[in-house]
Amino acid sequence: MDLTPSEAQQMLRHSAQRFIAEHCEPAARRDAMQDPTGFKRENWRKFADLGWLGLPFSEEIGGFGGGPVEIAILMEEFGRGLATEPYLSTVLLAGALVAECGTEEQKKDVVAAIIGGDRLLSFAHYETDARSGLCAVRTVVEGDDFSLTLHGRKIAVLDATSADIHLVSARLPDAQGGGLALFLVPKDAAGVRLRDAPRLGGGRVAELTFEQVRLPPHARLGTSACVLPAIEAVVDRAIAALGAEAAGLMRAMFDATLDYTKVRKQFGRPLAANQVIRHRLADMYVACEEARAMAARAALLVGADTDSTQRSLAASGAKVKIGRCARNVAEQAVQLHGAMGVTDELDLGLYFKRLLVFEALFGSVDHHLQRHAELFGNSRAE
Amino acid sequence: MSLSFTAEELRFRDEVRAFIAARLSPELRRASSLNVSFFSDPDIVAPWQRALHERGWVAPGWPREHGGPGWTATQRWIFESECAAAGAPQLSPMGIKMVGPVLMRFGTSEQKKFYLPRILSGEDRWCQGYSEPGSGSDLASLKTRAVRRGDHYVVNGTKIWTTHAHFANRMFALVRTSDEPRQQDGISFLLIDMASPGITIRPIMMISGDHDVNQVFFDEVEVPHANLVGEEGRGWTCGKYLLEFERGGGINSPKLRYALEKVRGLANSGLSYKAIMLQEIATKLSEIELDVQTLEFLELQVLSALQRGENPGPVSSVLKLRASEIHQAISRVGVEMIGQNTLVEETRRPLHALKDRPLIPEEVLSVVPRHLNGRANTIFGGSSEIQRDIIAKQVLGL
Repeated sequence: MDLTPSEAQQMLRHSAQRFIAEHCEPAARRDAMQDPTGFKRENWRKFADLGWLGLPFSEEIGGFGGGPVEIAILMEEFGRGLATEPYLSTVLLAGALVAECGTEEQKKDVVAAIIGGDRLLSFAHYETDARSGLCAVRTVVEGDDFSLTLHGRKIAVLDATSADIHLVSARLPDAQGGGLALFLVPKDAAGVRLRDAPRLGGGRVAELTFEQVRLPPHARLGTSACVLPAIEAVVDRAIAALGAEAAGLMRAMFDATLDYTKVRKQFGRPLAANQVIRHRLADMYVACEEARAMAARAALLVGADTDSTQRSLAASGAKVKIGRCARNVAEQAVQLHGAMGVTDELDLGLYFKRLLVFEALFGSVDHHLQRHAELFGNSRAE
Repeated sequence: MSLSFTAEELRFRDEVRAFIAARLSPELRRASSLNVSFFSDPDIVAPWQRALHERGWVAPGWPREHGGPGWTATQRWIFESECAAAGAPQLSPMGIKMVGPVLMRFGTSEQKKFYLPRILSGEDRWCQGYSEPGSGSDLASLKTRAVRRGDHYVVNGTKIWTTHAHFANRMFALVRTSDEPRQQDGISFLLIDMASPGITIRPIMMISGDHDVNQVFFDEVEVPHANLVGEEGRGWTCGKYLLEFERGGGINSPKLRYALEKVRGLANSGLSYKAIMLQEIATKLSEIELDVQTLEFLELQVLSALQRGENPGPVSSVLKLRASEIHQAISRVGVEMIGQNTLVEETRRPLHALKDRPLIPEEVLSVVPRHLNGRANTIFGGSSEIQRDIIAKQVLGL
């Protein structure tokens, strides 16, 4: 048992911090958010040069063999710096699924293009809302060995507007078992319609409609009868990564609030001279530390070497605990900034919105609390 | 970074498990599980301490030169976890975790040689003389006075909330030896023999019905000058050092996990009408489980820092704050689960030795007193308000 980061992990954190300091200062960030894609492509190039785009992929397919711990380090710093690059959609979701389920050829093609920074992917999965869990897919695919037809509608697709390929989940015909499969759909395939909007706190979000989209058979990712377990694994890891990002977002909000309460004077003294404020800051600090600990714990427990129940418990647990802490810190940070806290003149609001996104993505805190209670009870009953 | 134990650490864990299996009797385990106070009665603790003493395992945190096992931080964690999971009695921290470390750091070689072995053997039972009726959170305002007269100090005044003063043969106390402009100055750290003439103990009953704490009066009590620890007037330094141990030196999450497991067991049993079937109970238990996991991870981070030879710093206040709140959440959910059995008040002690059959089973009887006693968690050892003050000042630099 040793929770000391390795030298390589410390170097990774330093390089992420350096990147954030150089390329994510507030003006650059606002500027990137104005870009139609929600980020700056030149930053993505730098991600590639720094090796981050290949970080979680195994060395056999050209990656750097990092795991959830390394991803958590990056994500925490991205959170602190409010980075808007589509790392989650391209690398942690779609890329991870291609690496997990793809044929050798697909891995070679698609993952290599991701690692090089040449291609962006979106993961189009949710259809109604996140509360319904991961199996509520009504998008269907039909066809034979020669041609496939995809039909359905996806919502809350992250960064779809900049994606070259959408990775779309769809249900196989009953004759083929009715399981879930994933399909690589080029953005310009006939019948693909994209409606794009800005995403709360930065980035983009879209609705994707697939109307009789004809695909070649090799568009199907791998050959497994059902990819749901793979999707669950990848989403659990994404939740852990988002937890680390949330811990970074919270820390930035807390630091800003601490600074503000030291300089803002009312009744002739700084806000932080009042015990009611000091105690609230202490509680916010504790919440930040707890969130960070829970994110680090989840990172250690969602790796490939953990069985699926323990992995899901760790992910859902992180979502609940960090979600609670995040709401507390975010709301108190705005409160302690007074009226300034609800203006767009500070970046505080951007962080606040990003933490709302964290709460909403991949199932609410309540959903995950329920899931944790069920899994925990079952894991004990066995 | 890794949460898993090495092969060597796993061997050590097996060794600890084997020891517990051999030496912790079912009777002792039952008595301990029905204990509702923070400190176990001496008749529960003594046999367990003897067994540990034979093995040299009484004081996991002590270095070898003072009779400790000289364990690494991870070994200490394993030992504490296994003892907690097995429901072993908790040894009194007042000798082992409080005055012991102070003596090692500030005591004379005679003091170390005399007192430390007696802490390990259980021959000495210590109590803590800190709080006074007028000095709770504002501890440094204490007024119990020690005046030097020849080879002795003469002590007059009173201490309160003195846990187990009625079992203790020694007290470590903060007393005022002079009046200085800064009230922290002029305080000294004294070791007092509880058999000294002039000491009176008044029991204070708790709302649970337990007798754990007392008020202790000193009327012209003579204490040899040799019982001064550190320099005269510099006792605050010793006291603060000790409080750091009281708050953060401990490993709390394994005990909380044991308490939570006990409540979960109750939730799974007919004794709570199978409360686990209620969604609000199941989710509440999950939330507390997550709080315990978080605290556990924070504690493991501290252990890793210690293992690297670093000082974990003022994080001890964070740990105390959270541990005390989680403890209360666990006991509260217990009360919620037993429904109207909450109505039965049982003030007889100890619960494991009741002569007649109580109205409801002892496991259920223990829930309410544990909850009532638990309210003190956020008050003793520096209240939650004091912990937040410390975090604001020492961590946030306010």
